[in-house]
Amino acid sequence: MDINVALAGNPNAGKTTLFNGLTGARQHVGNYPGVTVEKKEGVFQHNGFTMHIVDLPGTYSLTAYSVEEVVARDFLVNESPEVVINIVDASNLERNLYLTVQFLELGIPVCIALNMIDVAKSRGLEINVGKLSRLLGVPVVPTVARNGKGKIELTETASTIVQEKRIVKPLEISYGEDVDRALYRMEKVVRETGFLTDTYAPRWVALKYLEKDEQILSHGRKADRETADRLEAMVEDVAEHVMNTLDTYPEALIADHRYGFISSIMRQGVIKRHHDRDRLYTSDRIDKVLTHRFLGPVIMLCVLMGLYHFTFTYSELPVAWFGAIFDGLGSLVSASLPDGLLKSLIVSGIIDGVGGVLGFVPLIMFMFFGISILEDSGYLARVAFMLDRVFSMFGLHGSSVMAYIVSGGIAGGCAVPGVMATRTLKAPRERLATLLTVPFMNCGAKLPVMALLIGAFFAANQARLMFIFTLVSWAGALLIAKLLRVTVLKGPATPFVMELPPYRFPTFKGLMIHTWERTWQYIQKAGTVILGISVLLWAMMTFPGLPESTRQGFDAERDAIRASYDASVINEMTIAAESSALSEAAQNLNKKLAAVDYQEAETRLKHSAAGRIGTAMETVTRLAGFDWRINIALLGGFAAKEVVVSTLGTAYSLGDVDPEASASLSETLTASPMWSPLLALSMIVFIMFYAPCFVSVICIAREAGSWKWGLFSMIFNTIVAFLLATAIYQTGTTLGLLGR
Amino acid sequence: MARLIMRQMRDNQSGTISAIKAGGELGRRLRDMGLVPGTEIQVQGRAPLYDPVALKVMGFKLTLRNNEADFIEVEVD
Repeated sequence: MDINVALAGNPNAGKTTLFNGLTGARQHVGNYPGVTVEKKEGVFQHNGFTMHIVDLPGTYSLTAYSVEEVVARDFLVNESPEVVINIVDASNLERNLYLTVQFLELGIPVCIALNMIDVAKSRGLEINVGKLSRLLGVPVVPTVARNGKGKIELTETASTIVQEKRIVKPLEISYGEDVDRALYRMEKVVRETGFLTDTYAPRWVALKYLEKDEQILSHGRKADRETADRLEAMVEDVAEHVMNTLDTYPEALIADHRYGFISSIMRQGVIKRHHDRDRLYTSDRIDKVLTHRFLGPVIMLCVLMGLYHFTFTYSELPVAWFGAIFDGLGSLVSASLPDGLLKSLIVSGIIDGVGGVLGFVPLIMFMFFGISILEDSGYLARVAFMLDRVFSMFGLHGSSVMAYIVSGGIAGGCAVPGVMATRTLKAPRERLATLLTVPFMNCGAKLPVMALLIGAFFAANQARLMFIFTLVSWAGALLIAKLLRVTVLKGPATPFVMELPPYRFPTFKGLMIHTWERTWQYIQKAGTVILGISVLLWAMMTFPGLPESTRQGFDAERDAIRASYDASVINEMTIAAESSALSEAAQNLNKKLAAVDYQEAETRLKHSAAGRIGTAMETVTRLAGFDWRINIALLGGFAAKEVVVSTLGTAYSLGDVDPEASASLSETLTASPMWSPLLALSMIVFIMFYAPCFVSVICIAREAGSWKWGLFSMIFNTIVAFLLATAIYQTGTTLGLLGR
Repeated sequence: MARLIMRQMRDNQSGTISAIKAGGELGRRLRDMGLVPGTEIQVQGRAPLYDPVALKVMGFKLTLRNNEADFIEVEVD
């Protein structure tokens, strides 16, 4: 027998733990259509029945304010699962039952998993399960999701509900005289006109109208304008009356009476308390230290630094392995294929592209593992609590800090996991503002470029400048976040009201599943796009190739050089494998030949599509001091920021420059008459703020749920960066500062 | 017995919510978290920068910003 089950409940009630316990690794993560909320599905088999379980997002209520709530409600109404398993935290029964009451009002078959019954017991709470079940009219099964206790009984109870095919009547409770009277009249109207009744129960529609539920109101207006207007007018009447007599809103009255209904159940001996209510639990004691006025921030700093080091230090080795594998693959292909376009495409386009995608995988895995620990243990909520005052000033949320740190708030992070870290943020506008500004942080790939320029022009103050630029990136990101929050992301702050869940030890299984599913999503979704763009960028740097005549010119030059040497030297070169073994004359020849090769590479680059774009943009970019060479390098930086160094090397006829060892390039730049400390400064600032690398752009688009935002971050960031760089360069030039 | 706005409450002070003056999204979020008239609360403390505030409600912990606490009136013991 196949059963469709939905898993629903409050956040922190153990819903995900139960889901993982039931489905194990047999789960599939996707997205609900059109929104970025994760949809988790899995299968549980037992005693001949197969349960298809959908893990609904954790919500406190079924209103239509957050995406999570809308998604959960739509699923329950439209997909009508045969039974809803409602996970309820036994140690926090009253608030958890608020959601349960709303399920019952909706009239769907519910089975309650009374979870964390062990925690409740340790807190001195004794719950009369039989009585609770009788009073609510639904089966209640005590469970401990962490160790799987009650799991089998729960699924058997759920399957019994499905087999019995009981007709479930929506729960009708009194919401007070005024609301009840209006509800009765409105229900009659709904019933008579058949208003939205093909999807919802009449009383429920009326109730949602009284609650001013945006989603139902707009459905109603579309379905039947006349009745909708009539109902809205009735709501206005009762709202006015309630405001005049009781100074409150109908929706508040409805909520009050739901809680009233719950406490009336509680009072009938469902719950017995063996301890004083004000007793301090272990969790409270931990909070006394971890959120202490002085100790709290110090510990938080250590934890955040720890997360950062964990992510970037421990992932170093696997990142290096990936690098080595792809380098090896590259050389293997290089050696086995003849020189030409195909080889260049496979090595520079495909292998580098795939390597680029997979290179981030260890980073993402380590970051999500670290963040999952902080999230599942309950510490992340404390971080938000302690830092919210600072971040709310910029229109952000206390939880934003995580994403900034990972992106390079401590110099050397990476925006890709940083962008993905914003998933822990539930406030929509704050999340988007965070997600769009984290790429301003100084990620690990910007560092070699900055190190090159600082080393070449500000060698005396290297350490101090790196520190200053870290501060500049923070200031820039926060101020731009504020700017976005008062312009494109305008809107009031999302209410902060947030639960501080009790501290818990994360389960290893939960952490692993969490980490893996997010990493796999990245590989799947980002992978294909990234490969495509990587090939496109390769093509831009390669095509069109040099015309035959130019190439022949270089060949002739090479021949001429060879001709000027003795035959014995040429001979020595073809035999010898190691350059160190060569005679002085042969080494000289080699150098001269390489110089021609580099010259040719420079000419080829300038001739390519990217080179032409770079040259064409010179007129504009001159304002910030950039010539075509810098332009091409910056274009290359869109593939990955460290590419700026190697492309600059090619553009200056130095061959491929290793970003980690760029001494020769540094010398060339200091010697070049065009370069000055001022230009270096202008370029550093531009690199800090311009378009994120395309892997980040793709992640931004995915996390924001629309390509529009990916495009926005490319264009907007580049404009901001260009304005800043121009301001610096022009001011400097006018005042004669930092010149040569 | 005195009526206070929640922002004015001292750390560790407890009381019973007498009114919530917020409508819209904030009002709903507060109610979803169990903050309704008649609910007993206790101020647990404040963040290092004195905002937001942490409360104990029905045996769980909750945090909200001071400007959100301004909408809540509490009858203190």
